[in-house]
Amino acid sequence: MSKVMEEKTNVRNEQTKKPEVKSEVKKEKTNSIIEVNDLNLWYGSDQALYEVSMDIPQERVTAIIGPSGCGKSTFLKTLNRMVEMVPIVKTSGSIKYREQDIFSSKFKEEYLRTKVGMVFQKPNPFPKSIYDNVAYGPRIHGVKKKEILDQIVEKSLKGAAIWDELKDRLHENAYGLSGGQQQRVCIARALAVEPDVILMDEPTSALDPISTAKVEELVQELKEKYSIVIVTHNMQQAARISDKTAFFLNGELIE
Amino acid sequence: MLGQNEQNMKKRMEGRVAANKISMVLFGLATAVGLIVLVLLFYRVLTQGVGYLSLDYILNFPAPYPEEAGIYAGLIGSIFLMIIVAVFAIIIGVATAIYLEEYAPQNRFTDFIRVNIQNLAGVPSIVFGLLGLTFFVYMFSFGYTLLAGGLTMALLILPVIVVAAQEAVRSVPSEIKEASYGMGASKWQTIARVVLPAAIPGILTGAIIALSRAIGETAPLIIVGAATAIYTLPDSLLAKYTVMPIQIYNWTGRPQEEWQYVAGAGIIILLAVLLLMNSIAVLIRNKYQRRF
Repeated sequence: MSKVMEEKTNVRNEQTKKPEVKSEVKKEKTNSIIEVNDLNLWYGSDQALYEVSMDIPQERVTAIIGPSGCGKSTFLKTLNRMVEMVPIVKTSGSIKYREQDIFSSKFKEEYLRTKVGMVFQKPNPFPKSIYDNVAYGPRIHGVKKKEILDQIVEKSLKGAAIWDELKDRLHENAYGLSGGQQQRVCIARALAVEPDVILMDEPTSALDPISTAKVEELVQELKEKYSIVIVTHNMQQAARISDKTAFFLNGELIE
Repeated sequence: MLGQNEQNMKKRMEGRVAANKISMVLFGLATAVGLIVLVLLFYRVLTQGVGYLSLDYILNFPAPYPEEAGIYAGLIGSIFLMIIVAVFAIIIGVATAIYLEEYAPQNRFTDFIRVNIQNLAGVPSIVFGLLGLTFFVYMFSFGYTLLAGGLTMALLILPVIVVAAQEAVRSVPSEIKEASYGMGASKWQTIARVVLPAAIPGILTGAIIALSRAIGETAPLIIVGAATAIYTLPDSLLAKYTVMPIQIYNWTGRPQEEWQYVAGAGIIILLAVLLLMNSIAVLIRNKYQRRF
């Protein structure tokens, strides 16, 4: 745990040292937390991404839009190397998270995924209680003390704006919740490992309009503390919630 | 014009309904064949065996007279054997399944191994008996002991357990595995905390069904030397032993008619144990009903 903290402060220092390098890339005073350069990606012999270069600004919402099958989900999953779970994937180009190359062999994907969390298209809680769902992340990273876990669970559920709804039901199975609640528990679960970046892969596509509005509202609150990359096929949604929008078409970044 | 169409449709409809009725009768008959055979079997076993069934029968060792003979040695031997089989086969089988499903690279070689494990499940049990005789009885010089028999049986059901466990592991939805990886969990953490808990009902059900196959097996144990008449209980892994099917087989081979009834009583006990194991499998399956 302390190692992680150390690293964090190191990185912070680095950034304060040379902000001018990146200030030209972004309007306002935002830094990029992730930089993608000339990213190509192949599934076997099919190329899915072509020469994608973009920056993900810190503490902003970046929306990625585009038609189905244009590579936006693939791109998102590349950012935390989840895409490599498909064994035939090959990539070229570079992705830097806080100046560190995420494809280098020294950079552990477990660390990357701790810092770059993910919320999936379909709510995917574990078949466990709400509490155990949120405590899963801290537990795999070695947190054992109950008081600390309690704190993290409360903080994360509050962060996902669902604490008041669920505080008396923490030990119920998460499968008994509505789809919208499940998705917000999944967001809380992602927050519990204290990432910097949260990747969201069409988080509202399986939800009804009211739940969707709640999740969108939540995204707005989260950007105070986290950098968010959200894939959506809904233009209005992108316009409503994002600070920066990237448009993908056939694996190419158009704008 | 319209009426004409309607009539045509009605005609075709009648044909379809009739075809449905015919297939229902045919499938029903097929089911009945199996059921009738089963009922006959039960009837024969019960009428022959019930007379000899008693607490004494369960608690007696084999004896030279049918009235005093019992299946105690076989029953206890079978239980001990199943414990050895379960320990070895489940541990090795589940580990193999996890390796094949989660760790092994997807290539021709691992595909080849997968197919061959499935084929192994269909190899005649006598072949496993010969394997056990070569390896455990002679090469490792365990002799004709409980351990040699247990390991042979474990090998016999290993492929069945591997296949069942593979299916259970594969049916864990990838979404919840991704959720785990997405939070920085390593592969082993994901397997231990997400995959295995979700797969355990499937694994246990498969394992118990495999064990109930093993408890009725006779051929391989004849080869690796289960005793046919024994008057002590096995007291160590390297003790002599017998099991119910061997005992039953031995009794049915005797010329006097009474022994057939003694064997019948043995079959009832064996069936009761089988039924018990299968109901445990059903219970586990119902208790951990999938919620995905």
